[in-house]
Amino acid sequence: MRLEAVPVTLSRCAKTFRGQRVLEPVDLSIEPGETLVLLGPSGCGKTTTLRLIAGLEKPDAGGRVSFGADDVTALPIERRQVGMVFQNYALFPNLTVRGNVGYGLRIQKVEASAARRRVDELLEMTELTAHADKPITELSGGQRQRVALARALAPRPRVLLLDEPLTALDARLRETLRAEMNALLRELRVTSIYVTHDQSEAMALADRIVVMSAGRIEQCGTPREIYYQPASRAVAQFIGTLNRVAGECRDNAFVTLGGTISVTGLVAQLRARDGARSEIFFRPEDAVLVDPQAAQLRGAVESALFLGERTRLKIRDAAPGALIVDVPGRVELAEGTAVGISVRDEGWVALH
Amino acid sequence: MPEFLRPRRLLVAGQLLLTLALVAFMVVPVVMSVMAGLTVNYFRGVSSGLTLKWLDQVWAMYQGSVWLSIEIALATLAITLAIGVPAAYALARSNTRWARFVEELLVLPIALPGLATALALLSVYGGWSAFRSSMWFIVAGHVVFTLPFMVRSVAAVCAGTDLRTMEEGAASLGASFAQRFLTIVLPNARPGIVAGALAVLTLSIGEFNLTWMLHTPDTKTLPVGLADAYASMRLEVGSAYTILFLLMTLPLLIAMQWLGLDPAGAQSSRAAAKRKRALSRSSAPGQQPLTHPVETAR
Repeated sequence: MRLEAVPVTLSRCAKTFRGQRVLEPVDLSIEPGETLVLLGPSGCGKTTTLRLIAGLEKPDAGGRVSFGADDVTALPIERRQVGMVFQNYALFPNLTVRGNVGYGLRIQKVEASAARRRVDELLEMTELTAHADKPITELSGGQRQRVALARALAPRPRVLLLDEPLTALDARLRETLRAEMNALLRELRVTSIYVTHDQSEAMALADRIVVMSAGRIEQCGTPREIYYQPASRAVAQFIGTLNRVAGECRDNAFVTLGGTISVTGLVAQLRARDGARSEIFFRPEDAVLVDPQAAQLRGAVESALFLGERTRLKIRDAAPGALIVDVPGRVELAEGTAVGISVRDEGWVALH
Repeated sequence: MPEFLRPRRLLVAGQLLLTLALVAFMVVPVVMSVMAGLTVNYFRGVSSGLTLKWLDQVWAMYQGSVWLSIEIALATLAITLAIGVPAAYALARSNTRWARFVEELLVLPIALPGLATALALLSVYGGWSAFRSSMWFIVAGHVVFTLPFMVRSVAAVCAGTDLRTMEEGAASLGASFAQRFLTIVLPNARPGIVAGALAVLTLSIGEFNLTWMLHTPDTKTLPVGLADAYASMRLEVGSAYTILFLLMTLPLLIAMQWLGLDPAGAQSSRAAAKRKRALSRSSAPGQQPLTHPVETAR
């Protein structure tokens, strides 16, 4: 069941509420069929951006929203042909599951038998056929979420908009539905814009992620780019855990408390004078424990947190601040054990 | 210590007794009044025999009032629905200070004695004799008095359900404002509308203060007739009038309550089953709906 894929373009879209700028002018283009995730902490402007695309908000003067060649800036949501899934689903308690899924078709006066076929198709796709005639109040959270999705897809929207659709569910269900949703979005190839504050959700679903903070786009890229080549400290710290190693550049190497790191090109990336204080970063999973004699950094175990599949070590004395290193779950180290850490070359990140 | 003398038991027994006593205090006069309307001679008691003579007499004399009251109540209901539901919706959707102010302002007619409202209406429109002598004069008074009950009841339901997001959902599916209002807002506000309608009907039929001031010999409603009957006729006739009153209002209230019991209009079979269950459960079907207007009035 493929849907027609339309590109979406925002140009110079800003939003001011009661004199307060919540969204700085944003330029964004979303490829046809792409799943774009808007990621960021609450209040970063991601939901506002989504509502601008939906037509639930109008951009400040000068902003423009287009679906393909159509300039939809002046159109209200009901004339934009979007499908939207809301955080609390916004289902209609006065209608059954079937009534909810078929609502858009009823409004568009689709002929009854065609509408029924379409609803049946969607109910089957979302595995809701058995619940078709139940009222919404008798469904579980996961089922409601699927009704919301089926309802949004029924009228064959040009663009699918999802506003934290999984946030209201518990963790286990969220993971299952995330996988289902991913498969569905790949299959439909409908242009989708997905808002979340959950970075693992963003990683799993996105073709591209847009990281936002304080009403601005911080970075836009594939999940791998965002994770491994964060553009700024704000992005790096929002996504995953990042260790900070403070020290200084000396003779093309980086010297810190627990050792010297001489990785080709790293100091050059820092653009710091010889002898200047600077910082480099690495992710916990890019480090391995090695013999202290051959290690980049030497320190001692401050604490070890057993998490099942891995053990998260906190290491002191290797850098001015404590470092977090992930090792396999079976590794058992007593507090105070002397350890050596090495980080693979591409694991070192220089940020400005 | 014997089981029934334990402090907890005593407390429960005491509460039960007090409740029963209070219920009796309120129910006994109603029962007595009903009985009075059915006995041949109240002063000689039930031993004088039971009769429907008084009821018959009341019906013959006050039929007109019964129909008039029903007409006025329905007209009042129609107007409060037409004005009150959209107003409540607008108030619930609006977050401005003005909306809260208007909401408070609407309650004024309840806080004001009915006599004062009536006097105001009389002094302004009293000279317009076509209006003054028609039933619409009383309808106007009743609308002023009952509108807040409709608005409050509907606004409470609108504020309780997340109407705004639901409407956004409907809009995203292509529904225009009118379509959203008809297919989403109204059905979901239904419990509030039914409760409000219930309040308006009972208040309108039972209203005396205001109506007594506004009525003319040609526009005598039920309660005004009741006062008449109490003042100028035998006690048995007045009591029979009470019975007539109850006979009129109770079925109305029960019917309205049943309508409200069914939240999803589509599932008529489920609703019917629920209705059946409700019937067999409630031994005194009149009691339940009667509490409703009191709740909504708060």
